[in-house]
Amino acid sequence: MGELAGLTISEARARLRKGEITAREITEDCLAEIEAAAPLGAFVEVTAEKALAMADAADARLAAEGEAAPAMCGIPVGIKDLFCVEGVRTQAASKILDNFRPPYESTVTARLWQDGAVMLGKLNMDEFAMGSSNETSHFGPAINPWRAEGDSRPLTPGGSSGGSAAAVAARLCLAATGTDTGGSIRQPAAFTGIVGLKPTYGRVSRWGIVAFASSLDQAGPMTRSVRDAAIMLQAMAGEDPRDSTSAPRPVPDFEAMLTGDIRGRRIGIPKEYRVEGMSAGIEALWQAGIDMLRDAGAEIVDISLPHTKYALPAYYVIAPAEASSNLARYDGVRYGHRAKLAPGEGIVEMYEKTRAEGFGDEVKRRVMIGTYVLSAGYYDAYYNRARKVRTLIRRDFEQAFASGIDAVLTPATPSTAFALGEKGQDDPVEMYLNDIFTVPVNLAGLPGISVPAGRDAKGLPLGLQLIGRPWEEGEMMNIALALEERAGFDGAPSPWWKG
Amino acid sequence: MLDLTFTEPAPRVIHGLEGDWEMVIGMEVHAQVSSKAKLFSGASTEFGAEPNSNVSFVDAAMPGMLPVINEFCVEQAVRTGLGLNARINLFSAFDRKNYFYPDLPQGYQISQLYHPIVGEGEVIVWMGEGTARRVRIERIHLEQDAGKSIHDMDPEYSFVDLNRTGVALMEIVSRPDIRSPEEAAAYVGKLRQIMRYLGTCDGNMQNGNLRADVNVSVCRPGDYEKYRETGDFSHLGTRCEIKNMNSMRFIQQAIEYEARRQIAILEDGGEVVQETRLYDPNKGETRSMRSKEEAHDYRYFPCPDLLPLELEAAWVEEIRASLPELPDAKKARFVRDYGITEYDAGVLTAEREAADFFEEVARGRDGKMAANWVINELFGRLNKEGRTIGESPVSAAQLGAILDLIRKGDISGKIAKDLFEIVWTEGGDPVRIVEERGMKQVTDSAAIEKVVDEIMAANPAQLEKAKANPKVAGWFVGQVMKATQGKANPQVVNEIVRRKLAG
Amino acid sequence: MSIDRETARKVAHLARIGVAEEALDDLARELSAVLGFVEQLMEVDVEGVEPMVSVTPMTLKKRRDEVTDGGYPDRILANAPMAREGFFVVPKVVE
Repeated sequence: MGELAGLTISEARARLRKGEITAREITEDCLAEIEAAAPLGAFVEVTAEKALAMADAADARLAAEGEAAPAMCGIPVGIKDLFCVEGVRTQAASKILDNFRPPYESTVTARLWQDGAVMLGKLNMDEFAMGSSNETSHFGPAINPWRAEGDSRPLTPGGSSGGSAAAVAARLCLAATGTDTGGSIRQPAAFTGIVGLKPTYGRVSRWGIVAFASSLDQAGPMTRSVRDAAIMLQAMAGEDPRDSTSAPRPVPDFEAMLTGDIRGRRIGIPKEYRVEGMSAGIEALWQAGIDMLRDAGAEIVDISLPHTKYALPAYYVIAPAEASSNLARYDGVRYGHRAKLAPGEGIVEMYEKTRAEGFGDEVKRRVMIGTYVLSAGYYDAYYNRARKVRTLIRRDFEQAFASGIDAVLTPATPSTAFALGEKGQDDPVEMYLNDIFTVPVNLAGLPGISVPAGRDAKGLPLGLQLIGRPWEEGEMMNIALALEERAGFDGAPSPWWKG
Repeated sequence: MLDLTFTEPAPRVIHGLEGDWEMVIGMEVHAQVSSKAKLFSGASTEFGAEPNSNVSFVDAAMPGMLPVINEFCVEQAVRTGLGLNARINLFSAFDRKNYFYPDLPQGYQISQLYHPIVGEGEVIVWMGEGTARRVRIERIHLEQDAGKSIHDMDPEYSFVDLNRTGVALMEIVSRPDIRSPEEAAAYVGKLRQIMRYLGTCDGNMQNGNLRADVNVSVCRPGDYEKYRETGDFSHLGTRCEIKNMNSMRFIQQAIEYEARRQIAILEDGGEVVQETRLYDPNKGETRSMRSKEEAHDYRYFPCPDLLPLELEAAWVEEIRASLPELPDAKKARFVRDYGITEYDAGVLTAEREAADFFEEVARGRDGKMAANWVINELFGRLNKEGRTIGESPVSAAQLGAILDLIRKGDISGKIAKDLFEIVWTEGGDPVRIVEERGMKQVTDSAAIEKVVDEIMAANPAQLEKAKANPKVAGWFVGQVMKATQGKANPQVVNEIVRRKLAG
Repeated sequence: MSIDRETARKVAHLARIGVAEEALDDLARELSAVLGFVEQLMEVDVEGVEPMVSVTPMTLKKRRDEVTDGGYPDRILANAPMAREGFFVVPKVVE
């Protein structure tokens, strides 16, 4: 049990085509693993019937189309609860979307189903993707399948795509969708020892994904190998006429670009990422990554991204501002939770009670910050200034790329996974600092990937981040592959949850 | 193009207890863009559908839904801007205006605060021959309409219909250049006329497709001129905004009431509070809007779901080249080409279809005569029956044929009116009707003379009277016309009667 | 910039999020902490810098004027907490 669920997409693809296994067998194995992994809290909804029906359809298609079947055909995946799936409860892990069943299908999931992927269920996350530890979920936190050696305290899988990361790392599904607004794919991927890719802004359609911060949100794959990321991104990406910000660009054959040959590539090492208080483990990992890429024939170049320091503060103006507006639609009128009113209470009370009851503390906090920075008298001081700083942050990267840098290598996170309840209890900013290395990438609209590259002294996974040129996910993944091959990360956590 | 010259009218003055006051009025007119689909969704804009049926998931602001702009709505806004002699901004952008209201599903309206699609323009509002107000347009922006809340279906609840949600509106913002209630109504009428010419808004006020917010303030004589010289609004009084009016009559009544209310406050030593008010047509009063009581903070910011709207200059020029002749130009041309009065030209150009009808009738004919017939006979009859020009049973070709028959002397003006009536009710070719029904007038003098002789012979006493007093001659003319059932050519009859009496 | 209790109340109301009287001080403190953090932005020299307009520089996508959507009131109303006779229903709004 668990052998099939533990396959990578590329392994499963090969065996499905040879007829050695069926999509139904993999799916059943995943469903069993999911059931056994209830303590991880990774899935918030399991769609077993749907999964089996889709698996059977995929098997029929594999039989009919053989080699011509899409790469994702018959591959069971988990879907972050931020993606609207027709008829399936979609709540963005919030009470305010209580029992919301979308009468429509997000573009990303529609593309996956079109290619024959199998839907296992919805994955836990931070409420409205606002969080870095999955602790803001209305359903309770997802738990990291990894534990520190000799320590059974539950650790965070990271956030906001914590359920996705936990599910993929624990081998409950072959891959999962995630979304990344400030690091929500890459940070949990790093915390759980998997690969997480945030595409260039505009590469993947946002239609049908519950919006957090529209100018930063981007969906991407969370997988157990770089190759799998390439395969899954291929299925997810592409222009969508229903998303004005999705780019009219052809999607290259990402997998074909994975040669592992990166000789002559120039890799930038930004000095500003060497932050105060960075753990020795992370520091050592970064150096190891540099050595690996050099070993693969890349040229290592010191670069400067001078406005890095201001990325996080700019992010905590822009993202809440957009969120305060994006979340205004949750008002109890058309769907989701509506508060019960006392006699004599009217529409204003309905709004205030509904939103007070429906949103968790972190969401409320961000909506109010966003409301404040957009309000009369503060717009220029905060919001417009943050947008200008955003221009400067993008310019930093543009200048680096213009000088011939092909990709930037940084740590993915400033630490390894921390314990649940450990951070942000008194000061929300403490939690925000988790995204310090990932946020600049969202602000600049660039592609980024987190690759598991080692473990710390306690055996917890560590991730390195590669940042690519706009639209060069293929090139970026090829460099990531070189890193992956050399890091030789030993993947699976021991399945303590099976008791 | 010939422009008509004009002078600007004096502002409306209200004599208060403590001297005279003048009105200053600015307007924000919301015109629904004529389009099949909504501004940011593919749902229909059709009026009167079942509740919530012309609604897409985008309009209902379902989670994850995104706007994609309707290019035709953009074109319509550009066309309107060009029609108002306004500057087209090749770069514009959309902003979110955030507020909570049950018929605003997104919790924000997508509008254009910082970079509107159309900049400054102007409208000439005719207030009589040679008199007109030049109203400056500040801007026109594209935005989404809200839905409809119905408050009278249940004592405890309001009902919300989103059919209208997301329909494209053009908000046309004027400078405070309007100086009387009549000018305000005429201004809206002029915008309506121009947009109907352009085909950019059907102007249907009853359905709410054209609505106005009116800003009213009062000042002392001379203050307004100081404002115009300096651009400094402090010379003007505090304004109140009367929201959402969809009737010319209510606009006038509301302004009149509001100006007098403000004057009463000021003369009482009080201060006008800047606020949003609602006009209650049943009471003939404006009142403060409770729902707008708290000062709004709309938290405008650029809509991150959309990119800036960048237009190509060549595309704008293509639209400019395709513009129809607009009312003022047409009116001036009618005065010049057809020799008709400015007043008649104004009536004929009120609607583009009517003007086209007139031109078809007048082509190759006498312009004044065509104008008389179109205005008095045709419009008169259409008005009486509440029909539009498009529904006229008499076509331009038919009316033209009637005029030709008059010109050729085949029928008299009086018979022509009978003929018009026949064509109106029964249809048919006027020439054939005249032939078949023997309506052609008799011009054969021998035949007429015979009738004259018979009548004179039968009325010797009258004949004597007429010989003594030529003024009585008319009696014989009337008798001849009667005897010939009006078909005798009146000129010929007159001449023969005069000759006989003289002889 | 530190947020006081009154400002917190105002912001909460603007955002239509009910906050209990006794929670306002905590809220003000939390909001102040975040604002204190973003205060760093004031150090940056942004003279002459244009605010970022679009993340992906490209032209705005446009639709043709065709009716391609709507016509499914049942699906629009399917998730409504309260609906009647084809309408969404809310507590009475006084204009």
